[in-house]
Amino acid sequence: MESYSLIGIFAILGILYVGGAILVSRILGPKGATGEAAGKKFQPYECGIDPTGSARIQFRIGYYLFALVFMVFDVESLFLFPCAKIFNAVASPDSTLPEAAANIGQGQILIELLVFVSILGLGLIFAWRKKVLEWE
Amino acid sequence: MDTSTHQPVQQSVAERLDPHTATTPLGDWVRELCDAPDGGNLLSMTINVIIIIIAICAFSSLTAMVLVWMERKLAGRFQRRLGPTRTGPFGLLQTAADGLKLFLKEGFRPNASDPFTYYLAPLLPLTGAFMVLAVIPFGPSMWIADPELGLIFISAIAGLGVLALLIGSWGSNNKYSLMGGLRAGAQAISYEVSLILCFLLIVLASGETNLLNIVEGQQGNFWNWWIIKLPGAGFIAFIFFIITSTAELNRTPFDTTEAESELTGGFHTEYSGIAFSMFFLAEYVHMFIAAAIGATLFLGGYNAPFEFLPDGWWWLMAKSYAIIFLYIWFRWTFPRLRIDQLMALEWKFLLPLSLINLVFAGILIAMGWIL
Repeated sequence: MESYSLIGIFAILGILYVGGAILVSRILGPKGATGEAAGKKFQPYECGIDPTGSARIQFRIGYYLFALVFMVFDVESLFLFPCAKIFNAVASPDSTLPEAAANIGQGQILIELLVFVSILGLGLIFAWRKKVLEWE
Repeated sequence: MDTSTHQPVQQSVAERLDPHTATTPLGDWVRELCDAPDGGNLLSMTINVIIIIIAICAFSSLTAMVLVWMERKLAGRFQRRLGPTRTGPFGLLQTAADGLKLFLKEGFRPNASDPFTYYLAPLLPLTGAFMVLAVIPFGPSMWIADPELGLIFISAIAGLGVLALLIGSWGSNNKYSLMGGLRAGAQAISYEVSLILCFLLIVLASGETNLLNIVEGQQGNFWNWWIIKLPGAGFIAFIFFIITSTAELNRTPFDTTEAESELTGGFHTEYSGIAFSMFFLAEYVHMFIAAAIGATLFLGGYNAPFEFLPDGWWWLMAKSYAIIFLYIWFRWTFPRLRIDQLMALEWKFLLPLSLINLVFAGILIAMGWIL
């Protein structure tokens, strides 16, 4: 936990660093025109033309599909981490693994890895064939 | 910080996690200063933390300055120009002058934007950068935090950058920003998958998720580095790492998110002055971080290429800057990819091949075919 609390200090530091920079810039920087005198300064930038409609537009469904496929593979990689972590330990004679993992061989882990990855590969092929991965 | 006295780290993780037994030359000095024979009173710890904070702030600011200068200078050379020459020797002070100028600009927020999200976005990338810098082992006795799940932590924090782009682009309330942010989100989450698969390969090979243990496992000569030690698979994974990290950094040839000619800067269209420069700063710190992680995982981190040479932070720096040179070289050589080509490259090429490479590496290790 020691290291995570140190990292927490750095999270606060990052916020202070950026916040401080913005604050100092506010103090040092010039105060430009506001209100009527500012003209179109505070308008959203659209290449010099007055913006039409809201910027919160509808966007393609494709983004959601990619996000879904990403979720599948991201969670999958998280499941693979423990498997990868003990892969070397099961083969070494002086491993400190618990009793339950004592008689798992490297071959067994490898086959399980292969099955897991090929099921995911099938999923990828399915998405591919269904043209989820096409971007028109 | 001098780290020439290298003691191989053979302590257990529990010992190393204890800040009282973890020694750095600087830490020793602080302890003598505070006259704490037990080496762990509150004063020395506070001073330690303050020194670390100043070091990291200075380091990230300096890194960004040097990298911006390096990029402009190299870009000049690639295009048969000179690059910046006027400010300071060899134009070295160019970035400092630019930074000062950005400080003196008026900071304002467009009327239509959402204040909370607009100001939240510039905070996140640099915060993430600081948190990852705290985890990277710079030298044999030079690290700040050493979490047991270092690699998983890094891949979790990597998501923070995407969040910043999405929040900033939505908060700006600008159509260009929104398009850029959405593209950035889609691109970053796609390439994160194969980035994590590159990490997984190293975890599989070394059996460690802790960065310091991964580096210590690559001690000795350069053929103990994972890029060479794992024949074929290591090199392929390194190439994939370079490609995916370039995409994660939103650098050319994968900079569809910024696309100056189409989206007028993408997510940071509405940002100006110092808020913009915070995005810019974070981008360059992230570039160093990506290179340092690549060097740590594949190129032996702070380990010297030969046994008789002393290990130290200078090796990590040399390796990182070699990778950074590669990133800059890419930027000024390759044309930008279209977004559909970019997605096809990830989902139809990198991801299937990374999965196959992972299984291939598993077979290599199980058969004992490692150097």
